[in-house]
Amino acid sequence: MIKQTPLTIRTSPHLKKVLTVPQIMRNVVYALLPICAWAIWQFGISALALIIVTTLSCMATEQLFTAISGKKSTLSDYSVVITGILLALTLPPGFPLWMAAVAGFVAVALGKMLFGGLGQNPFNPALVGRAFVQAAFPVSITTWTPGFLPERFSSFIPSSLALPFMSPADSSAWIAGQVDAYSSATPLSLFKFEQVSTSTSDLLLGMVSGSSGETSALLVLLCGGFLIARGIMSWKIPCAVILGALLTATPFWLMNADIYPTPLFVIFSGGLMLAAMFMATDMVGTPLTPAGIWIYGLFIGFLTVIIRLFGGLPEGAMYAVLVANALAPLIDSVTQPRAFGTGLKKQAGEEA
Amino acid sequence: MSLFNQQGFLRLPWQGKSFANGIHPEDHKELTEHKPIRRMPFSNKIIVPLSQSIGAPAKPIVSKGQDVVRGEPIAEAGGFVSAPIHAPVTGTIAGVDELVSMPNGSKTPAILIDTWPSSDQTVRYLQPRDTKVMSADDLVKAVQDAGVVGLGGAAFPTHVKMKAPKGKTITTLVANGCECEPYLTCDHRTMLEYTDNLLKGLQLAMVISGAEKAIIGIEDNKMDAVEKIRETINAQGLTHIICEAVPTCYPQGAEKMLLKSLLGLEVPAGGIPADIGCAVFNVGTLAQIGELVPEGRGLIERIVTVSGPGVSKPGNYIIPLGTPLSFVLEQVGAIDNPGMIILGGPMMGTSIATRDIATTKGITGILVFPPEQLPSSHEAEMPCIGCRTCVEACPMYLNPSMLGKLADVSRHQEMMDDFHLMNCFECGCCSNSCPANIPLTQKIRVAKQSIRQKARSAG
Repeated sequence: MIKQTPLTIRTSPHLKKVLTVPQIMRNVVYALLPICAWAIWQFGISALALIIVTTLSCMATEQLFTAISGKKSTLSDYSVVITGILLALTLPPGFPLWMAAVAGFVAVALGKMLFGGLGQNPFNPALVGRAFVQAAFPVSITTWTPGFLPERFSSFIPSSLALPFMSPADSSAWIAGQVDAYSSATPLSLFKFEQVSTSTSDLLLGMVSGSSGETSALLVLLCGGFLIARGIMSWKIPCAVILGALLTATPFWLMNADIYPTPLFVIFSGGLMLAAMFMATDMVGTPLTPAGIWIYGLFIGFLTVIIRLFGGLPEGAMYAVLVANALAPLIDSVTQPRAFGTGLKKQAGEEA
Repeated sequence: MSLFNQQGFLRLPWQGKSFANGIHPEDHKELTEHKPIRRMPFSNKIIVPLSQSIGAPAKPIVSKGQDVVRGEPIAEAGGFVSAPIHAPVTGTIAGVDELVSMPNGSKTPAILIDTWPSSDQTVRYLQPRDTKVMSADDLVKAVQDAGVVGLGGAAFPTHVKMKAPKGKTITTLVANGCECEPYLTCDHRTMLEYTDNLLKGLQLAMVISGAEKAIIGIEDNKMDAVEKIRETINAQGLTHIICEAVPTCYPQGAEKMLLKSLLGLEVPAGGIPADIGCAVFNVGTLAQIGELVPEGRGLIERIVTVSGPGVSKPGNYIIPLGTPLSFVLEQVGAIDNPGMIILGGPMMGTSIATRDIATTKGITGILVFPPEQLPSSHEAEMPCIGCRTCVEACPMYLNPSMLGKLADVSRHQEMMDDFHLMNCFECGCCSNSCPANIPLTQKIRVAKQSIRQKARSAG
């Protein structure tokens, strides 16, 4: 008789799909890399430094919190890397690096770890970080640098290297030394405050000023499309956000095309595309139900446009996502799907 | 595909001929689907558990030392929801009340038989009859006497399902040829090789239930079976039977899902197919009825898929019921030290702790995996990230993510009241698709048990 080894006992199902949380997160990081590359190409080493600083700051914060609470390190699930990169992509390229480090700390500490870490955070951590620095450093976060400056690879944008707790250095002399005339205003602020529209092709290709990762709407669209094509992200939320923005912007534009932007300008400018593809889709803060995610996405698109058109800020995508995150549990509770075989009208063959 | 479903309701273009949601696991059917069914030899010892179906165990009618002929009844039904048992081999009764292990780990009394080595094992115990002159009630009795239970794995006595419950009528009979579980191909081969028996059994079931029409539903990864059956239907002029292909999607073979796909109708929650005028039978069951009832025989063997990476001769085998598992493993060239053995399919089957069990009526498949090639790795559970994969996989439109979170804090009552806990039929789609490795199905199963226990102790 052959000696028999014990058999493994598990409960069904015995089959497992191979995609795991770290794999999902890693693929999101891959999808963000081309956007990072474009940001670095456009804004130079300052953008590179910004991405590195926020990512390291976010990772260090998560490590610090898990170490304090005596838990195992959670860096290997890659979710904090996404937070770090996304945060950098929403900040101006010349944002002082020490402020970026603060933003990273706040994003992960306040936005994620205090709620209990991965899966527990109601808000998108990157946006929590950005909302914090928007309030704390309002000047720096609205100071923009034009792209493709000749010296962008040889020297930092002066404001990047501002010393902690000091007013950021003025970068205008550095910029003026390289180009004759420039406007660093973003397409959104140009439109809001000066009624100047930017061409759709410039918006698509990213030939404009703006936060480091949101200038090229086309690239963001392609990178998001990669995740959708690989089955890692659902197309529903990005579609709903864009649809919501179009549906809200179009009536205003039809009413008065002189003061309201074209729907295409609305969806391709500012952070809307980045928000639709990478912020609104952050799984933790989104509703679970099939109807809920459509309501959630449409609401983000709607709110973004309303804030842009009628709010004090040129950009609204960030607050729209945060507000929608807050509403997600409510949306979930009112959109529970009809369970199979319940709530049916009388069917044929059924006895009275 | 017609614009209208069977009940005459308009089917809208985007309502494909399938249920919503579900998953598409790798099916691994190529291992066995093209191999003709073979007969397995008789083992020296046969172990026949008395409890092989849902319902009351059978009562032995033989005694130790007695000789029995293959096909002879050895235990009678223990009630209406029960099925008799027949001798799978010609031999001598070696024991009547021996306790043996069952796949789920429990012990149950069994009849042991020592096989006669010299016997050619032909079935001589039969009473052929003309089914055309038999009444519906005679046929129900004949089906029960044959000891037929659902061979799709549920092992529910078939004759109970065939008669419509009081106050309900059965208008449509559905033959379930979906076989959506990965690896399993025994129904596929049955449909190809026993087409006549299947159609004969289906017509007997129609007589019993009073159904006017029948639909054979087959997943579209078995188009050869669809074509074979359609040809046979045409050749025999069976206009009241149609054969329809449905999309390949797990769990298409769950009867509620199949009815939704074929008829566009939902069985009410907590209800049975008869509530919408239907009865569903596995094609293997019908093929057995088509063979056994006219011959007046009992169910003594079944077709089992033996497959998996730990088997060198995978295939579909006719195995005498009661054949010890270790004998089966030896015959198919299974590896000596498997890491895991699953009875049934990998989605809903049972992994067993011991090889000292016997083949019973409810075993559709035997899957063997080497230790280094288990069907799933055992990775650590991560927090739920709310990715909605489970919600989009659940064929019952439940919210497994929410159910899992409530199960963690033992809020079972809330799971039942607000999130339709009891509708879950444990198909495993949620656990299978969860990227965080959360055992959702298992948590839901535990919650259902606790609810049932509470109801039992209260009532």
